[in-house]
Amino acid sequence: MTVQDIIKPENLVYQKSKLLTNKPFHYCPGCGHGTVHRIIAEVLEELGVGDKTIGVSPVGCAVMAYDYFDVDFAEAAHGRAPAVATGIKRVWPDKVVFSYQGDGDLAAIGTCETIHTCNRGENITMIFVNNGIYGMTGGQMAPTTLEGMKTATTPYGRKATLPAGAGFDGIPNNGYPLHITELIARLPGTKYVTRQAVYDPAHVRNAKKAIKKAFENQINGKSGVNFVEIVSNCNSNWKMEPVAANKWLVENMLPEYPLGDIKVDGKLVEK
Amino acid sequence: MGELKLMKGNEALAEAAIRYGADAYFGYPITPQSEVIEYLSEQNPYERTGMVVLQAESELAAINMVYGAGASGKRVMTSSSSPGVCLKQEGLAYIAGAEIPCVFADVVRGGPGLGTIQPSQADYFQNTKGGGNGDYRNLVLAPASVQEMCDFVALGFDLAFKYRMAACILSDGAIGQMMEKVVLPDQKPRMTDEEIKAKYPWAINGRKNGTQHRIITSLDLDSAKMEEHNIHLQKKYKEIEENEVRYEMINCDDAEYVFVAYGSSARIAQKSVQLGREAGLKVGLLRPITLWPYPTKAIDALIKKGVKGFLSVELSCGQMIEDVRLACNGRVKAEHFGRVGGIIHTPEEVLEAMKKQIIGE
Repeated sequence: MTVQDIIKPENLVYQKSKLLTNKPFHYCPGCGHGTVHRIIAEVLEELGVGDKTIGVSPVGCAVMAYDYFDVDFAEAAHGRAPAVATGIKRVWPDKVVFSYQGDGDLAAIGTCETIHTCNRGENITMIFVNNGIYGMTGGQMAPTTLEGMKTATTPYGRKATLPAGAGFDGIPNNGYPLHITELIARLPGTKYVTRQAVYDPAHVRNAKKAIKKAFENQINGKSGVNFVEIVSNCNSNWKMEPVAANKWLVENMLPEYPLGDIKVDGKLVEK
Repeated sequence: MGELKLMKGNEALAEAAIRYGADAYFGYPITPQSEVIEYLSEQNPYERTGMVVLQAESELAAINMVYGAGASGKRVMTSSSSPGVCLKQEGLAYIAGAEIPCVFADVVRGGPGLGTIQPSQADYFQNTKGGGNGDYRNLVLAPASVQEMCDFVALGFDLAFKYRMAACILSDGAIGQMMEKVVLPDQKPRMTDEEIKAKYPWAINGRKNGTQHRIITSLDLDSAKMEEHNIHLQKKYKEIEENEVRYEMINCDDAEYVFVAYGSSARIAQKSVQLGREAGLKVGLLRPITLWPYPTKAIDALIKKGVKGFLSVELSCGQMIEDVRLACNGRVKAEHFGRVGGIIHTPEEVLEAMKKQIIGE
């Protein structure tokens, strides 16, 4: 009996998206990237745009996203994915173009490209995975690292200003967690801005709906960035087991980065 | 036949891009080349040919827009001047690694740092020796007239697509700003999306009917594959060194002493040749048109024909002289003469330098 004999249409309730390749993910067990990849691929497949989608991967853990999505892909320099996506979309306006970036890529080294791409209102989709730390380089502070959070470059915890003692208290130090998503939502060039998570099935479903809307808006529209932040984990660099990391995410990341739509159809959501 | 016009070098470059059927220009203003994006914006090429013109937020963003659009198989150009080209080096290294065709112009000003807005040739190293990280080359074309600012756009695009790499038009503030007569080529149609898909199967512009996806990247963590990729690039560069060297020789047939100069300096050295010949000196001019690949063999041939010395004339403290000396390999004298800081040498002082430094009185 082969696998094909077992998987009959009547038995089949769920399968890997056809727009994911068979290459095994290099992501750490428990990491959110795999889930985010999967729901993006499912959305693109459901929308029937596999042949007209071009993705742009970042520098960071998702640098090799191009190996996993079975759609055309360009790998960008660190932080430049929105500029690369702009270049592609401007000369192929009928294609579906998306960037996939982490917090260091999108909100530190690429802040300029992020803000100006949003401000120009490029008709693209931007996926922003925020886990509050640099994963690929081994767990250094990200712009979104929480205050007090320990990383390889904030071994005593991120401190916005220097702590009391030795007479230096109050002097600028690591600064504050950067709320780039709220920032770009204020720009007239953004159409849909939302913050989601993938730590449990209910939130995966919500995140998928948001990603679908972000792609539908691009397909049906002419201008306006559709921006989906996913608050995710980095259990390896947070030095936690996957379940503990997700619990920590809910208790610590979400109060700082609350979930929900921030801007819908070009209008800020009243809170 | 083409249309005769009086234009600035920067304007000729911009008009040539439209007429070549370029698909996009991404740039950021900087003196002395802001006329390129100003001219393109004024011409409204989106209506003329459908060409996209976009003012980016920085040179970094502009070169990465070029990276994206070039990776998708379209004909894309950018331009800048020296400090702006520094910012583009990151993108140019990625473009070299990912093998993306594109054209960029550097209308050189003095440096280092903010330097001056006056003409200079001190970006020779920056453009011919790399500038970004890794073992790579860019094709470098050096126009010496407004006509060549126009002509090298087409040549640059042809070579860039032939070899899948960046072609640099290395100009300077004088060539960019001066007005001359130029014969403009006829308008070529832009390639259709179907033509691009058929001609450039490597380009990322959507899979063909569910066939294997394409990837444009400069990354490979497998050392053996990365070594193989580098060997492939070097093979390509070797082929270019064999086939794409371009230069011009003026009065070199019986020359005993030869000026080597490109761009603005070549224009001045040409006058120095005339003055020297009038004074009975057997001087000639070798004008490299491609700065990489460099006309090393042309210098070798001149030495074998009996040339006794070379003077590299540059608006720099001595950059191209290194390539002249490599070609001479110690066989004959090779010296440098240059003015910098935005000062342009006179034909008389160039001839004087030849007499003093090479011929000897």
